[in-house]
Amino acid sequence: MKRLLAAFGAVLVALMIPVSALAEETQFDYSQSEYDYTRFAGQGVSINVYNWGEYISDGEEGALDTNREFEALTGIKVNYTTFATNEELYAKLKSGGSDYDIIIPSDYMVSKMINEGMLEPLDYGNIPNFQYIDEAYRNLEYDPENRYTVPYTWGTVGIIYNTTMVEGEIDSWDALWDEQYKGNMLMFGNSRDAFAIAQSRLGIPYNSTDKDDYRRAADELIKQKPLVQAYVMDQIYDKMEGGEAALAPYYAGDAIVMMEGNPDLAFVVPKEGANLFVDAICIPKGCQNKEAAEMYINFLSEPQVAAANIEYIGYSTPSSAAFALLDEETQNNPVIYPPEETLAKCQAFRSLPDDVNLYMDSLWTEIMSTGTGKNNLMGIFIGCGVVVVIVVLVVLATIRKKKRESMY
Amino acid sequence: MKRVSKFYLALIYIFLYAPILVMIVLSFNASKNRNVWSGFTFKWYAELFHNQIVLESLGNTLLIACIAAVASTVVGTAAAVGINSFRRHVRNAILNVTYMPMINPEIVTGVSLMLLYVFLGVKFGFLTLLYSHITFCLPYVILSVLPKLRQVDPNIYDAALDLGCTPVHAFWKVILPQIMPGVFSGFLMSFTYSLDDFVISYFTNGATSQTLPITIYSMTRRKVSPEINALSTILFLVVFTLLIIINLRGRNPKKKKRSA
Repeated sequence: MKRLLAAFGAVLVALMIPVSALAEETQFDYSQSEYDYTRFAGQGVSINVYNWGEYISDGEEGALDTNREFEALTGIKVNYTTFATNEELYAKLKSGGSDYDIIIPSDYMVSKMINEGMLEPLDYGNIPNFQYIDEAYRNLEYDPENRYTVPYTWGTVGIIYNTTMVEGEIDSWDALWDEQYKGNMLMFGNSRDAFAIAQSRLGIPYNSTDKDDYRRAADELIKQKPLVQAYVMDQIYDKMEGGEAALAPYYAGDAIVMMEGNPDLAFVVPKEGANLFVDAICIPKGCQNKEAAEMYINFLSEPQVAAANIEYIGYSTPSSAAFALLDEETQNNPVIYPPEETLAKCQAFRSLPDDVNLYMDSLWTEIMSTGTGKNNLMGIFIGCGVVVVIVVLVVLATIRKKKRESMY
Repeated sequence: MKRVSKFYLALIYIFLYAPILVMIVLSFNASKNRNVWSGFTFKWYAELFHNQIVLESLGNTLLIACIAAVASTVVGTAAAVGINSFRRHVRNAILNVTYMPMINPEIVTGVSLMLLYVFLGVKFGFLTLLYSHITFCLPYVILSVLPKLRQVDPNIYDAALDLGCTPVHAFWKVILPQIMPGVFSGFLMSFTYSLDDFVISYFTNGATSQTLPITIYSMTRRKVSPEINALSTILFLVVFTLLIIINLRGRNPKKKKRSA
């Protein structure tokens, strides 16, 4: 037993070693920037970063290990944790008790957080690298005066399709309502993105606050449901790369990765327009060391760092300096950096009023439960009922049996 | 008939182990794509050891599992000894209370722990995770130690006292060796439950640390990286060898006794 515990310990120690072995040298040279990155060194300062999963270059295949680079450069420790949805991030912040210094929500969540006073205004004097952010990505709808955010990535939604399974070129959202692809199309598994597609088709603005508009969009989605093979998020990678589905709406940056995995795939932003999203770096209220957090934002906006990150993530960068560092093939790739006229047709999400959000949620539940869903639910209830009845009968029988036995 | 039962057994094991086999095979697949086999590679194993985020959460997971298992074993064993000394009705009542957290849906435990920490004003982080893990491991230890305690003949303990042991000494010398198998299985159960808990950790983790299941879950917006297959394969092999070692150790002493 002691030996066993010792073995446990040994395994544990062995696993901790690579974690604690910190690199002391930085991969890039920061001497040309006049920013004083070392002013917190040796003071035991740490910052808590909360980002999307797989959303930062982490040293894979010799690429930049962003957090370690920052630690080596500044002597500030980074506690890095990850989330899967904007709503998860929101719930974590709202529940209180957690002290994040850096968060990276998407546009509509940023505006919701600004409205609810959850974000700290930034001191841009402390983030000189904001100068590299392209004019097109400043003062966006979610933060009109640009007081709270520095954009991290952006991208568009579009249709990814398999050219061998689709006739001709696809250029409209109508393809997702086309009978000939019945059982061969995938659809977004989250409500806001799914509604946006129906809204583009109907010509309804994404940020409409009229409930009737959402009712109409929901009817479209219900009409589409029999054609849909599955409502997915990340499973789309396997399904599209493996040729299990002909077409699906998804984010451009992910489409690029899928296209690398399967050369038959193509991506298009439909002519009706699509969602343009921005994920932005913010500091939430309650941040312990705002200056160190702003240093981290400035670091992420360093051109080399931003370029390394965007190469890893595969989305598009809002920094013109980082863009200039990318290879030509990426710069000219119309999927990641679509032409002006395509972007002009795209719309960003803003946060919706609570009652509209709730209404959309209930409509989404309705869409998910139409058709086969209701029968299934009925079946489940009947099944549960049968099981309960059997259990009760068995228990009653045993009790009666015991009573009879005790009588004799 | 025999052939049928063998076939049936084989079917069951194929059913149980097929997913693990697929995972192991995929961890050597050169392509990121799970549908295409494009050659054998150790790449993901090498990458795994460069991925700080995964390694750090693995370290957290193991650290929490170890501390939680040890702590809940110590506390739980002591509690079991106490519970065992009560009269029958009180004992049954306490046991029912002990069952509650086990049959409670995990999500209820998770949310209520989260609310408790918020109410107490505790910052979420490593400590809240650890405390939650100890909490949900405790019933398993108590329930695996208690049956062993009831098998112990109370007269032996009394005899030890008569022969001059202090109660504490008697516990260490007489009681503990007899309930050791129960203590050990309680420890292992706590360790494994802590290792693969997702729901409770999801609600009680914080800004400073997160466990492996949460890290994997957060990858689902993009794509769960194949490094996770490599990591799971390693974990599976470690657990597998541990099981083999435990089984071999269990067999050896008897053989020695027989030959002696």
